[in-house]
Amino acid sequence: MGIFSKFLSKIKVTELLHKPDLDELADELIAADIGADLAHSIIEQTRKVKSATPEESLHTVLLSHLSKKERSISTASGVTAVMVVGVNGTGKTTSVAKLARNFQSQGTVVLAAADTFRAAAVEQLQTWGQRIGVEVVSGKENSDPASVAFDAISKAQQLSAAFLLIDTAGRLHNKSDLMNELGKIKRVIEKVTPVSEVLLVIDATTGQNGLQQAKIFAEAVQVTGIVLTKLDGSARGGIALAIEDSLDIPIKFVGTGESIEDLAPFNPDEYVKGLIS
Amino acid sequence: MFDALSARFAKTFGNLRSKGKISSSDIDSVLDEITSALLEADVAKEVVDLFTERIGAQAAALLPTLQAGSNQAQAIFDVVNSELIKILGSEGRRIRFAKNPPTVIMLAGLQGAGKTTLAAKLAKFYKDQGNTPLLIAADLQRPNAVTQLQVLGEQIGVPVFAPEQGNGSGNAVEVARDGIAFAQSKVHNMVIVDTAGRLGVDDELMDEAIAIRNQIQPHEILFVIDSMIGQSAIATARAFEQGVGFDGLVLTKLDGDARGGAALSITEVLKRPIMFVSTGEKISDFDLFYPERMASRILGLGDVATLAEQAKKALNPETSAKLEEKFARGDDFTLEDFLEQLEAMANMGSMGKLLSMLPGAASMKKQIENFDESEIVRTKAIVQSMTPHERRDVKVLNGTRRARIARGSGRAVSEVNSLVERFSAAQKAMKQMRNGSMPAGMPAAMSGMPAIPASKSAVVHKKKSKSGNPAKRAAEERG
Ligand SMILES: Nc1nc2c(ncn2[C@@H]2O[C@H](COP(=O)(O)OP(=O)(O)O)[C@@H](O)[C@H]2O)c(=O)[nH]1
Ligand SMILES: [Mg+2]
Repeated sequence: MGIFSKFLSKIKVTELLHKPDLDELADELIAADIGADLAHSIIEQTRKVKSATPEESLHTVLLSHLSKKERSISTASGVTAVMVVGVNGTGKTTSVAKLARNFQSQGTVVLAAADTFRAAAVEQLQTWGQRIGVEVVSGKENSDPASVAFDAISKAQQLSAAFLLIDTAGRLHNKSDLMNELGKIKRVIEKVTPVSEVLLVIDATTGQNGLQQAKIFAEAVQVTGIVLTKLDGSARGGIALAIEDSLDIPIKFVGTGESIEDLAPFNPDEYVKGLIS
Repeated sequence: MFDALSARFAKTFGNLRSKGKISSSDIDSVLDEITSALLEADVAKEVVDLFTERIGAQAAALLPTLQAGSNQAQAIFDVVNSELIKILGSEGRRIRFAKNPPTVIMLAGLQGAGKTTLAAKLAKFYKDQGNTPLLIAADLQRPNAVTQLQVLGEQIGVPVFAPEQGNGSGNAVEVARDGIAFAQSKVHNMVIVDTAGRLGVDDELMDEAIAIRNQIQPHEILFVIDSMIGQSAIATARAFEQGVGFDGLVLTKLDGDARGGAALSITEVLKRPIMFVSTGEKISDFDLFYPERMASRILGLGDVATLAEQAKKALNPETSAKLEEKFARGDDFTLEDFLEQLEAMANMGSMGKLLSMLPGAASMKKQIENFDESEIVRTKAIVQSMTPHERRDVKVLNGTRRARIARGSGRAVSEVNSLVERFSAAQKAMKQMRNGSMPAGMPAAMSGMPAIPASKSAVVHKKKSKSGNPAKRAAEERG
């Protein structure tokens, strides 16, 4: 970081046409995990955009690769059910808690501890539930996650809750049995109430594998949005831009720390600035 | 993991092999291919540049010395392979045990890397080798990280020192210090300290890790890193190196399909060995790190060694003991053994998964996806239609017998013929294995396995033709 903004401001648009410099620019985008091919085509496009400064041109081009889809959470008339999915350790449980806090002002929130697999995952969510004062529905250890989700809907309906957030176990997308299980959880919920959002949690440190994650999760459970976590680290999260570009799945929230308030709605301008600063 | 990288290498070297004489411009295009493959695999740009520079220089130096007619592509391939192994750590280092126990191992890494699970895996691994590990729960940050470690400790029968429940309160340095004292009093010969995840840029938390380190003076600090990490791997590893410091690396979530280029980056830049790999959510999904395996996986040679191990696990102990005995006696591998192995393989789960570990698997993705699992069922039917005598000695299978078997199994005679042919090849492979030229435990059925339709790009190794018939051989080469 840093080097890039210094580098950019030193050169003029005309100089951008000079190949070696463009290669260096591409390297910077690659370092942000945007991916080599996309980085190179972004640089090519930047050459063609006429703006006051090269930063502006690049900024414009980067923005143009983001999804045009709605970035706010779509709500249902009854309980708005939101499933949170992703690979292991990306920050799903923490994000569920942060989202719950975020939604609390709009009505009652119920959490479903449907990660019945990882040791103490239920307790982790319960601890968050206690901290923010929301009900957490859980089952016995190793119980069927779909049945936990099912119980949680009943609870949410009984409490006339506005939101039901379902935390799920982390799973690697290449494990088809686990991906099928996720589909089953969703179908069980949908028997009772539509699932308004399926949020895929992507860790900002993720490299090119993130594309594969998004693709396969989207196939399994029709992901509607992304929560990009750990943007408080040194990673710039360029993989999310690659995902938006190739799969048209919008980032809806970003996670910027371990505390409950470290969640913000996605801001395209800020994100793009972060990528190239 | 490393899938696409091995696919690209396979393709590049496939192209190279098809050329008679390699020119320096061929080398350039190989280097270009390697560059983009490594970048796609999340290897840091600076490391990619270093790598290709070295390969380029070595290949250029090699070219004039190569005899016309020698396998030049193979020579360049070897350069790439050995350079990869060199970066990944020529010899996999193991834990250094302290002269005065307990040996103290401290874990450090980013949030969500998989430290807590790994702590339990390490404990189980060393417990099984006769050690008496103690786990210390010093992640007081993440809600219920302590509970998680306690549950895991219970599962594996390893005590967990956890005086603080964590969840944001308690002093991790004190917990670690008291834990070591406790271990000494209870004569544990090994201590594994789980710590909170922290970012490289978080000075406060890094200071905590440094304070723990200074307090307990660990013999090994292991930096735990997610194999899915991208280009920030180097900056992060550097921050940990300059902060708490570390002696070795552990690569987690290798059961995914991430290419794991960060492993290359960190070992190259920081010269720290990868010591262990974590390959799944079960406690037993853990292994020592083998640089050659990783390198051959990168290069599209397939992870034959891992495959052999898995096969060994899947074969039931009785069957494999029996096989090993036969082996030792020098008996012939029979169709009965073959059948047993086929059944064992069916138990190992999807054939596709197994095949994906074979040499050149990445470039055969399509064929593997289209692999017809029912082929095993058909093969079984054929074998089951043979008499025990025939199964033990395929040489007795004359035309009449083959026709009878075909009728009995409802298959075509040509299928029976091809099975017998493949089985004979497997038998031969088994003999070679006995002579030590193949990894032990590799089921012979693998080599006599139902044929996968090969395509030209799929051919990674120059296949040795079995056929003396030029027309047939040409057909084989065409795929
Ligand atoms: N620095 C940082 N850490 C996070 C963020 N989100 C989650 N984490 C941490 O990442 C680790 C894994 O989070 P967890 O929610 O348990 O992940 P899960 O396995 O996907 O449910 C925990 O230590 C969290 O505190 C974030 O935005 N920034
Ligand atoms: Mg979780």
